[in-house]
Amino acid sequence: MSAPLPYPAWRLETLGERCLMVAFPSTVDPAVNVAVHALAAALEPALPANCELVPAFSSLAIHWRPVPERDDPDWANSLSTQLQRLLAAGYQTTADSGREVTIPVCYGGDYGPDLAAVAAACGLTPDAVIARHAASPHRVYMLGFTPGFPYLGGLDPALALPRRATPRVSVPAGSVAIAREQSGIYTLDSPGGWHLLGRTPLALFTPQAASPCLLRPGDRVRFVPITPAGFTALAAGDAR
Amino acid sequence: MIEVLSPGPLSSLQDLGRHGFQRYGVGPAGAMDEWSHRLANLLVGNALDAATLEITLLGPTLRFHQPALIAITGADFTPRLDEQPVALGWPLRVVAGSQLAFGRRRCGARAYLAVRGGYAVAPVMGSRSTALRAGFGGFEGRALRKGDRLTVEPARERYAPLPPGPPAGFPPMDCPSPGPAPLRLLPGQQWAAFSTTAQQRLLGEAYVVHRNSDRMGYRLSGPALALVAPLDMVSEPVAFGTVQVPPDGQPIVLMADRQTTGGYPKIASVIGVDLPRLAQAIPGDTLCFTASTLAEARALDAERELTLRRLQREMTEFLETDECHASI
Repeated sequence: MSAPLPYPAWRLETLGERCLMVAFPSTVDPAVNVAVHALAAALEPALPANCELVPAFSSLAIHWRPVPERDDPDWANSLSTQLQRLLAAGYQTTADSGREVTIPVCYGGDYGPDLAAVAAACGLTPDAVIARHAASPHRVYMLGFTPGFPYLGGLDPALALPRRATPRVSVPAGSVAIAREQSGIYTLDSPGGWHLLGRTPLALFTPQAASPCLLRPGDRVRFVPITPAGFTALAAGDAR
Repeated sequence: MIEVLSPGPLSSLQDLGRHGFQRYGVGPAGAMDEWSHRLANLLVGNALDAATLEITLLGPTLRFHQPALIAITGADFTPRLDEQPVALGWPLRVVAGSQLAFGRRRCGARAYLAVRGGYAVAPVMGSRSTALRAGFGGFEGRALRKGDRLTVEPARERYAPLPPGPPAGFPPMDCPSPGPAPLRLLPGQQWAAFSTTAQQRLLGEAYVVHRNSDRMGYRLSGPALALVAPLDMVSEPVAFGTVQVPPDGQPIVLMADRQTTGGYPKIASVIGVDLPRLAQAIPGDTLCFTASTLAEARALDAERELTLRRLQREMTEFLETDECHASI
């Protein structure tokens, strides 16, 4: 094993009385995000069952619930001590899952109603937007917002735009969207302020499945353009 | 089996929430007023995390097609069993064919109906809570509708008629009322990024519960809370009771159906023991806030857990006594 890497600058914060949060610099940076997931992986084996970890872009929350038969008034302190020890020890660089997941997307038209506007705003043709989006090295930083919604970093900077001025009341599930330096995939019909480039027929969240989410942090995502006919065919079959 | 004759505006099965899946973007859901939810369960001898029916503002009308032991806690919607008024906060025998209805709202926003044995729905991701927006868990992933039939897990014992109210020495189980007492706050991650004026306003002025409040969050209307300078934040974890402030300066308290992460600055969080009172507030109610400390919040939380366990022990013993235990 190689020498451990130092964690980025961190602060230990409380989020209410039943949650501790490790906050690294608030940024979308793969190096910081790898550290978040490395810390989560190091902490997880030692955590009791009443705890849950929530890794985000640049922070990690440890939530807990009271356990009737085992009360430890010093629990928050011992967790804090343990975190400081792990943070001081540094981490190995193998946090990413290493998976590459291919996501078919039907770009433009009713599937991606903002494609033309995005192209105009970026000074590109719609085909160039599709090519640049599909070629971007997307990586899953975190899941949040709605069940299974992946926050993807790695978008081609030529496509970076602020969020829409007025969010849509309802965005269809499967919509592939961009905002700032990120891409995301809507997993439920939900309100949303990102620009819609296309839609995938894949289900990103299946609550009854053994692993309900198609994607997980660390995955690399490759978007592959498909035609409307391809979308229909995939949607009709078992899309997953 | 319990038949839903009319559902009420929002009646859904909830337990203590779906834990362990926030990292997948799956919010915990669960009872808004966990205190009343747990009381309802302990009154009928259930595990505290059994599902109860969370009833919002107007009650449903339910027909029991089997005998049951039930308890109603939380908000007072003047429940009646076969037209007879029913006491809140105490177990009640129901015979087959009985009809439970609710009337005028006296206080609170949410009542909890527990049935001994618990509602028989399959847990999804370890919980019977209804994820209303995502549409899974609870009863078919949704609020109850007319004609639904809820199955009850078989209960182990049957009870003789119970005394009409708690024995002497048993504490009252009133609805946690938002009331005039301030809700206590801990400073949030971005507390220091807000202006002194904003900090003083939050702790000194009154805020009104906005009509756009729901199980996801309580939107408050009042003096705007401004940052010293704009903040560029990426999404961070949030918790039950987190007070976040979007650019319009009107605070939102995140509740049971909250998202797992959020990108708005967090000025504060409501301490855990005060969340049930907040969950019983309705649009138009006036709230005020005061500063607490982490030590106080943790001590109050621990004390509440101890109280609950004592009540659970006492109630279990009471339900197991001979006078209660005779079969019908």
